Amino acid sequence: MEVGLKMALKGGGGGDHVGGCEKEKMGFEETELRLGLPGGGGEGGEVVRKRGFSETVDLKLNLSSKPENSGIDPNDEKLTGLNKEKNLLLSAIDPAKPPAKAQVVGWPPVRSFRKNMLATASQKSSSDESSGAGEKVAFVKVSMDGAPYLRKVDLRMYTSYHQLSDALAKMFSSFTIGNCGSQGVKDFMNESKLMDLLNGSDYVPTYEDKDGDWMLVGDVPWEMFVESCKRLRIMKGTEAIGLAPKAVEKCKKRS
Amino acid sequence: MFWGSRKTIDMNYFPDEVLEHVFDFITSHKDRNSVSLVCKSWYKIEKYSRQRVFLGNCYSISPERLIARFPGLKSLILKGKPHFADFNLVPDDWGGFLYPWIKAMAKSRIGLEELRLKRMVVSDESLELLSESFPNFKSLVLVSCEGFTTDGLAAIAANCRFLRELDLQENEVEDHRGYWLSCFPGSCTSLVSLNFACLKGEINLASLERLVARSPNLKSLRLNRAVPFDTLQRLLIRAPQLVDLGTGSYIHDPSSEAYNKLKAAIQNCNSIRSLSGFLEVAPCCMPAIYPICENLTFLNLSYAAGLQSNELTRLIHHCRKLQRLWILDCIGDKGLGVVASTCKELQELRVFPSDPFDAGNAAVTEEGLVLVSEGCPKLNSLLYFCQQMTNAALITVAKNCTNFIRFRLCILDPIKPDPVTNQPLDEGFGAIVRSCKGLKRLSLSGLLTDQVFYYIGMYAKKLEMLSIAFAGNSDKGMLYVLNGCKKLRKLEIRDCPFGDTALLEDMGKYETMRSLWMSTCEVTLGACKVLAKKMPSLNVEIINESEQTEFNLDDRQKVDKMYLYRTLVGHRKDAPEFVWLL
Repeated sequence: MEVGLKMALKGGGGGDHVGGCEKEKMGFEETELRLGLPGGGGEGGEVVRKRGFSETVDLKLNLSSKPENSGIDPNDEKLTGLNKEKNLLLSAIDPAKPPAKAQVVGWPPVRSFRKNMLATASQKSSSDESSGAGEKVAFVKVSMDGAPYLRKVDLRMYTSYHQLSDALAKMFSSFTIGNCGSQGVKDFMNESKLMDLLNGSDYVPTYEDKDGDWMLVGDVPWEMFVESCKRLRIMKGTEAIGLAPKAVEKCKKRS
Repeated sequence: MFWGSRKTIDMNYFPDEVLEHVFDFITSHKDRNSVSLVCKSWYKIEKYSRQRVFLGNCYSISPERLIARFPGLKSLILKGKPHFADFNLVPDDWGGFLYPWIKAMAKSRIGLEELRLKRMVVSDESLELLSESFPNFKSLVLVSCEGFTTDGLAAIAANCRFLRELDLQENEVEDHRGYWLSCFPGSCTSLVSLNFACLKGEINLASLERLVARSPNLKSLRLNRAVPFDTLQRLLIRAPQLVDLGTGSYIHDPSSEAYNKLKAAIQNCNSIRSLSGFLEVAPCCMPAIYPICENLTFLNLSYAAGLQSNELTRLIHHCRKLQRLWILDCIGDKGLGVVASTCKELQELRVFPSDPFDAGNAAVTEEGLVLVSEGCPKLNSLLYFCQQMTNAALITVAKNCTNFIRFRLCILDPIKPDPVTNQPLDEGFGAIVRSCKGLKRLSLSGLLTDQVFYYIGMYAKKLEMLSIAFAGNSDKGMLYVLNGCKKLRKLEIRDCPFGDTALLEDMGKYETMRSLWMSTCEVTLGACKVLAKKMPSLNVEIINESEQTEFNLDDRQKVDKMYLYRTLVGHRKDAPEFVWLL
């Protein structure tokens, strides 16, 4: 259901990260755990594993986000070797760079409730920080029109609309999402481009703020957005037109 | 005596009333289940006298059948979503709805008094119906639930005239700000336990004080973050009889009058045995609670991110009688050493990661665990998030503490080997299962091969629940467990190379278990279909998160997530689109 690419799906990994050099990418694919079927080569052998979603999000590291995974030999028996390699990869993160938060879904196994509580607690105790006064809702629900399930994202994990946009793209990878990066914000500022965006058949990210109003994502500075966003909904462009007047109003006020 | 007036069966010399009286003393669910199997007469008596029912999986039976089976039901425990839902592995809307249960019980003549729920979706509507349908309702405990707002709580407060217990643990509640507490009528004086620590919003403090003042039986009070220091002090003055206290915000100027008042108030609370909270905390105020520390048996500082290691250890020094300790890993290995030398009665230890987002940096290692095992021989329950673990340490722990019932180890890097020897942790966990013959629950992590499962199958004969992640090499691993662990009830597996052969080898095994979860493994759709077809007593559910429909999917394709469980009532009717019931 690819409806016109408004935004390139990042092949090299989204926002915050660590070197996706060729060598690491390859090594990473090879370190996927393989079933060594006794007797070698079972029925499952030849099949292309279609795990687009798992591959991109449920992955051990954010070193590579290659969604395609073509015909990997299931009889790969270097499992202990692989595990070691994987371990090396995990520790190969350049300590000089800010640590990439390992994006393994559900690991470590800590309840989201606890994660949220500790996140808010640590923000309050670091009262020296000039930003981030007040509660930040970390996990927000994300729904997409037409997708059969909700996801949750932790807004605290991103520092810009661009990163969020990447993450959303990965999550709902067969849909396309309107650009809400800085270029996208510029688009919103431009009334006619905004109308183009909304008239297209692309998807537009919207959010519900603290007052219960639905707004277009990208309207306000990132920090403000994180503080006021209660939930996200990725709407079809045509449906989001109802929100356009608000966005257009705001643009007019700004310019 | 009633000898003449009752029908008796040959083998049954006692009249029903006597049997009923005897059965009253049989409280364990397992025992009562056994009693009901003895003969028809016992079945009938047990059926009508049964008041407490535990359903580990709300989809194993329907509300209607439950009510028909136990018409005298007064107290119900229900669990909904699979355990891994706690870690975002189960999409929202999967299921586990409370409403149908309340609706059915409300319609029948069930006199529900107690309800305890875990991982269920609880709507305001269901809470409202609950509050209106059961005049004797006394106790509501919600753990890790979601779907409700403080409006639902308002209904409970307003309508349950004899409410004794409202206990909210780690729920996601939409907070419409404080008025719900004011809904407890002035005539409500029966509260014994009130826990709203998980609520995020403001609370009407005056209402809270009045409520506590008119609740002479209040034994357990856990406040949320919005309750400030001064209010805490006033509450303690009103409720010196408290046994369990959870503070809200614990920040004040230690040189102030308010602080001194709190100190005095606390000293008067000499029944407090359990302490938690400190969601916001000023370390300099901690000394005020030292006087009650010496009697504490349970201390939960797992949300007290504002306390550093030295403050924690200073506090722990006073807690000689501690039996259960929940703490953050910033206590460090040395701090655990203090625990080991002070808390000789310790039975349960939980060490949580203070930064659960950064998988690189837990502040405790195998050293802390070894110290605790040396100092606390009564230790029987462990949850330990750590940076690393060695086989040698696990072997030492196994030697020191043979009483483990629950052993849950989480190394933040899930496939990390023993850092000293670079070996997998098979031998270490092997030692644990060999030594702890009473082990019922085990969670593994670290680099692990099929060998660890060989040990588990061989030695963990009492094991009931096993959680596996990123472990094993082949189907053999899973088979060792399925074949060897005769008491296994719950098995949850993620990211392991276990596939169809293991899944299908002994299909009857799953009828002896509550449930099996497998995600990101090597199990194919075809195998799941085979299993579902051969075992009508199981529900095999596939959670499909890709955009494909059932028709496009090849049988040879691997499934993302499979959850199967035994059930008496076949396919559930409330499954969302992305859950396929095979």
